[in-house]
Amino acid sequence: MTTTIEIDHRNADHGGDPDEGPLYFARRKIQPIAVHGRFRRIKTVLLLVTLGIYYLLPFVRWDRGADAPGQAVLIDFPARRFYFFFVEIWPQEFYYVTGLLILAALALFLMNAVAGRIWCGYLCPQTVWTDLFLGVERMVEGDRRARLLLDAAPWSAEKLAKRTAKHGIWLLIAWWTGGAWVLYFADAPTLVAELATGTAPLVAYGWIAVLTGTTYFLAGHMREQVCTYMCPWPRIQAALTDEHALNVTYRYDRGEPRMSFKKATAARAAAQPAGDCVDCGQCVAACPTGVDIRAGLQLDCIQCGLCIDACDAVMEKVGRPTALIAYDTELNVRARIEGRPEVRRIVRPRTVLYAALIVAVGAVMLTALATRTTTDVAVIHDRNPVFVRLSDGGVRNGYTLRLVNKTTAAAQLRIVVGGLPGVGVEVIGAETLDGVPVVTVGRDQTREMRMVLSLHAEAAATVALDQVVPITVAVENLTTGEQATAGDNFRTR
Amino acid sequence: MNAHDHKPVDHVTGTETTGHEWDGIRELNTPLPRWWLWSFYASIVFAIGYMVVYPAWPLITGHTAGVIGWSSRGAVASDVAALQAARGDMTAQIDAADLAAIRTDPTLQAFAMAQGRTTFLDNCAGCHGAGGGGAKGYPNLNDDDWLWGGSLEAIETTIRHGIRSADPDTRITDMPAFGRDGLLERADITAVARFVRSLSGQEVPDGTDLAAGAQVFADNCAACHGDDGKGNRDVGAPDLTDAIWLFGSDESSIAAGVTNGRASVMPAWGGRFDDATVKSLVVYVHAFGGGE
Repeated sequence: MTTTIEIDHRNADHGGDPDEGPLYFARRKIQPIAVHGRFRRIKTVLLLVTLGIYYLLPFVRWDRGADAPGQAVLIDFPARRFYFFFVEIWPQEFYYVTGLLILAALALFLMNAVAGRIWCGYLCPQTVWTDLFLGVERMVEGDRRARLLLDAAPWSAEKLAKRTAKHGIWLLIAWWTGGAWVLYFADAPTLVAELATGTAPLVAYGWIAVLTGTTYFLAGHMREQVCTYMCPWPRIQAALTDEHALNVTYRYDRGEPRMSFKKATAARAAAQPAGDCVDCGQCVAACPTGVDIRAGLQLDCIQCGLCIDACDAVMEKVGRPTALIAYDTELNVRARIEGRPEVRRIVRPRTVLYAALIVAVGAVMLTALATRTTTDVAVIHDRNPVFVRLSDGGVRNGYTLRLVNKTTAAAQLRIVVGGLPGVGVEVIGAETLDGVPVVTVGRDQTREMRMVLSLHAEAAATVALDQVVPITVAVENLTTGEQATAGDNFRTR
Repeated sequence: MNAHDHKPVDHVTGTETTGHEWDGIRELNTPLPRWWLWSFYASIVFAIGYMVVYPAWPLITGHTAGVIGWSSRGAVASDVAALQAARGDMTAQIDAADLAAIRTDPTLQAFAMAQGRTTFLDNCAGCHGAGGGGAKGYPNLNDDDWLWGGSLEAIETTIRHGIRSADPDTRITDMPAFGRDGLLERADITAVARFVRSLSGQEVPDGTDLAAGAQVFADNCAACHGDDGKGNRDVGAPDLTDAIWLFGSDESSIAAGVTNGRASVMPAWGGRFDDATVKSLVVYVHAFGGGE
């Protein structure tokens, strides 16, 4: 016997439960209103500073001598060097960059523990470029109301002109953003001249095109969707925050019950409770991610502080105290409601730990940088043949030496082999000084040399053959006196 | 749209059916995804374009050439030409420099060692081993014993002209097959083999008459190997007094050499490599450690 169960999915009712709605919402375009105030000024200054650094840093010069690049910050892939002012990093020293990334992560954690999403709200490139693109949009198409009307209006010559101007300026900024990016990888003035005359390498044009595209789409079209849907940081930071971290907070102890200004005035006259929030919606209109801060902390909120400015302007107009929305904690809002004293704890185990870690990692990195060696040697024993019998019955071993000179002048490196008395040392192609091989290595270069150790019969008698003898290869820079040592073996079997 | 355009819809899956029915089982209409279909069409278009542009169809005596005239041989030729052009400056410098200068100039040395290494591994390693360690019958290039000389010039001559090769200027000598050709009796061969062992201080059986072996050596071998057995590089005669034995130092190996002679062959490379490659190879071989 069979039972047939028929389910008509199309007629299932999703209306009642908010969790059962469709999984996809079409994006509601956000048209934030312009605000003026303290946080807008801070954001503008940070925008100018960060973009100024990004666009102009490649042109900053730094003298490193005649044969070295004169650019302060340069990632030189063909020569495999990274220059940052007085620091020069070789590929094998990439751990400095790892250290820098650890510092950056810890700084992010500390910022988050002190005052929430400072990074998201003020410093993140996505926020900064979106802010810049919004500014352009506002300049060309007007403020929120004008833009909403323009969106709704049918196509006309004016609308076409405004749209063309907006997208044109956006593309120009995006193009210059991509252009500035490639300048970090080659001598900036030279590359600018090459780009202008069409003689730059193809890869430069390729990268400019890619970054023009990403900047235009991320800052012009995707905007808050990057923060809400693409970025992992909102999810991570939610796990790193605690009840003492300052966040952009709607002080509902003061704001509720919200009502219109007229009703609030009447209520206060009648000694009825009335909140300061006049429910004008300016905080929502000003928000670049389109959230209502009065709903509390939420994932979409990047905590840029623009709703604080918007609300303060309204509070001044209606004659109520400002800072209805402010950097505060949920803990303090509840404390005020319950009549307990407010608690402000910047110094707490979490922030102390992050700060201590930053200091420790920074100290390790500075020490590593200060004690960075400029002379180095690596030794590789021949794999085939492992050893060779000489005509007098002695033994010969072959090695490959990699000599490193990180100084800014050509260096003479003297090579001394220890651990094997009486051994004959020959470094192929090297000069000799008092019978000891000396290799000249150019400034900021490495040189590979072949070294042959020959233990002739008389000397071989002093070490028992048929064994593996550990040896050391010591290298001394005759100019600076700096030394480096590497170990290997002399094999007779 | 007309009402009869709509096919019946299967209630369980919500998918429309083809309208076909077999014993109450209806066939769901699930066509290929649109993206798949368009990719398929695009690849057909690409394939047609590819057949026009590149060599594609076999013909009876050849193949269609394609409109841009590409061929894998042509691609290799242009790659080789590009490589030669890229190396041009260094090749010219190596051509102009003498061998000793290449060995000590850092730039030339680095280039010669790199070029020499690939050349050696491609052409020489088959017999001499990847590290020049040699094998029985194939000399070890790392030690200090040379049949024909270990100076840069001697190595260059050997590489260019080979040993017992077809090159008119090849290094050539023959060790006679004393036993096979009936020049020496078996007893004499045993005696001289034991005497040769004694030259490098190796053991010989008790009661061996070394004087007899010495006499055979003086009469037959000393002309090339020298009265003291130290060899002669002019004729490629090995030193018989040292610790290095190309074919083995035991009595039977030595006796086999005396009986049948030794005539190893190395090809001449001068006609296969250009001058710069030969010079790089010389510097590389010299740098194994045995160079004099």
